[in-house]
Amino acid sequence: MSLIELESVTKVYQTGEVSVKALKGISLQLDKRSFVSFIGPSGSGKSTLLNLIGVLDKPTEGTIRVNGTDVNTFDRAGAAAFRGKTIGFVFQNFNLIPVLTVYENVEYPLLMLDRLPSKERRDRVLRLLDKVDMTDQKKKYPNQISGGQKQRVAVARALVTNPQIVLADEPTANLDHATAFRVINIMHEMTNEFGTTFVFSTHDPKIVGEAEVIHTLEDGTIVSTEHRKVG
Amino acid sequence: MRNVIVIALRNLFRNKRRTLLTSSLITFGVILVVVFGGLAISFKSQMVGVLTNTAMGDLQIHRKGYVESIDNLPLNLTLSGAELAKVETMLKGMPEVAAFSPRIKFGAMISNYAQTSNIRLSAVYPEMENRTVPEFVKRIKGHIPDPDKFLKPGEILVPENLMKGLSLKTGDEIVLVATNKEGSVNAVALRIAAVTENIFGPSGKDGYIHIRDAQELLRMDQPEIVEIAIHLQRFEKLSAVSSQLKGESATSQSPIEVHTWEQLSPFASIARIVDLLILVVKFILISIVLVSILNIMTMSVYERISEIGTIAAIGTPPRRILSLFLIEGFAMGLLSTVAGVVIGLSTLWVMNVTKIDFTFGQMNVTLAPSIPPGEIMWIAVIVMLVSLFAGFQPAYKASKMEPVDALGHV
Repeated sequence: MSLIELESVTKVYQTGEVSVKALKGISLQLDKRSFVSFIGPSGSGKSTLLNLIGVLDKPTEGTIRVNGTDVNTFDRAGAAAFRGKTIGFVFQNFNLIPVLTVYENVEYPLLMLDRLPSKERRDRVLRLLDKVDMTDQKKKYPNQISGGQKQRVAVARALVTNPQIVLADEPTANLDHATAFRVINIMHEMTNEFGTTFVFSTHDPKIVGEAEVIHTLEDGTIVSTEHRKVG
Repeated sequence: MRNVIVIALRNLFRNKRRTLLTSSLITFGVILVVVFGGLAISFKSQMVGVLTNTAMGDLQIHRKGYVESIDNLPLNLTLSGAELAKVETMLKGMPEVAAFSPRIKFGAMISNYAQTSNIRLSAVYPEMENRTVPEFVKRIKGHIPDPDKFLKPGEILVPENLMKGLSLKTGDEIVLVATNKEGSVNAVALRIAAVTENIFGPSGKDGYIHIRDAQELLRMDQPEIVEIAIHLQRFEKLSAVSSQLKGESATSQSPIEVHTWEQLSPFASIARIVDLLILVVKFILISIVLVSILNIMTMSVYERISEIGTIAAIGTPPRRILSLFLIEGFAMGLLSTVAGVVIGLSTLWVMNVTKIDFTFGQMNVTLAPSIPPGEIMWIAVIVMLVSLFAGFQPAYKASKMEPVDALGHV
């Protein structure tokens, strides 16, 4: 069974009398432990698709199952709980909480989960900070570190709850080339180490090459799917 | 929850200048209520103290129907010896009653043998009167070696304006002419022992004589008491004692009626106006807190829409987002209240140290402003509740934001 299944998913945005069809009957499956990217021009529906998979939004039509669960049935609190346990997010603008330190930002999602012993919480946070090479920056606030460092913290935050899926919408858009590669490599390593499924959207052709499965979107539909062997 | 509190507190100080400005406003409001409340409550209690301890007593007992015609000082609505004995027994059995003083009150003519004027007289037992209104002797001009004997039979205390009007001086003899309840007129000659001053200024015409002289003047075989003034051990027990006395005099056979000082003195209206002013100041405080917290929390939510989207996306339940913002507003209210109470109480302390004197009528009053702990608690609780209430709308709005919309907010 696939980890993520979409069946005839359509998303229509209604603004006054104008309706825009962002996704047009998309069906696809994403496997566990895969490293998937969605590419396509602006307005092709990449972000909309990630939002639906991430249970941040609901489709107008169609069904989305994540790990066998129909996510359309969740209410707001249920969706939040599901996201907290199952899905991690990495954002284009890093979206770290400015009043929390690096350590506290990574710890934050664990605090939203059911009670976790503080020692286990601390061990998890420190292990991930070590993985993303941010241990020595753990006491700093987001405004005291660079963009690349912020995104590494964001990756650690996304992984700290041991989610099955990490969704990253244009995670390298605000990074220079070398830093972007470093972040993608960290994400790749995490896939191998934690068995997490990484799904990211990008329009950077050099980064795209790092994905194992590349879905190309145009005008709300998937126009091609490419499976690649990544060394 | 501890972490939510930590985040809320840090968020509060994210924009230090704005938080400080808003907080100062609330603090100012709290200071205003504490200082004004302290002054007003102090003024009220001082004035009530002056009234009850120099003239009225805390409570008064009369024959039923007397208070309705009190302006005429009727002598046919009195308590007989037997009735007085019953009342005395009842009062002596009440531990909250510190002292009581039977009085005969009546109107008379006062003459210096050349001129005549009218006078309102209170005939009292000096010792009982002094125990019941212990501040009265301070209103007597002249040396009073023993306050329990401020008046002897054959003596009269004359109010200041009558002394001037009739060109009298201490030691002079005057004649009192009065009509008793049967309508017969009698006169008695008395020596002026001292001058009394009225708390409300020179307009008073209240004189004092010994109760035995009143009996002689009014040709009473035994004292027929018009009024019994009561002094309580603790003024706070006024309502309780009043209720108890009213309860015991509620039967149709009982000849007496009980009134508190509030029901008898026009100053009660001033006291109520003071209470109203305190209430108005409290209302201003509530408005300040409401508008300030609502404003800052609304701005806070609008500034952090994207952040709300982030924390919602990573699994923060809506109710926790609600608590986050509620705690922020509540914390601001709490910090401002603590600051306001500390500064307000310090201001009252400084006022106490420096002493504020003012004259009310003929009385020099020294204000010793203080505010009861209950009042401080009231202010704190109200500010906290209003902070929560004011923060609720923005917090609710934040908790209801769709993560996808919030994340897309620029």
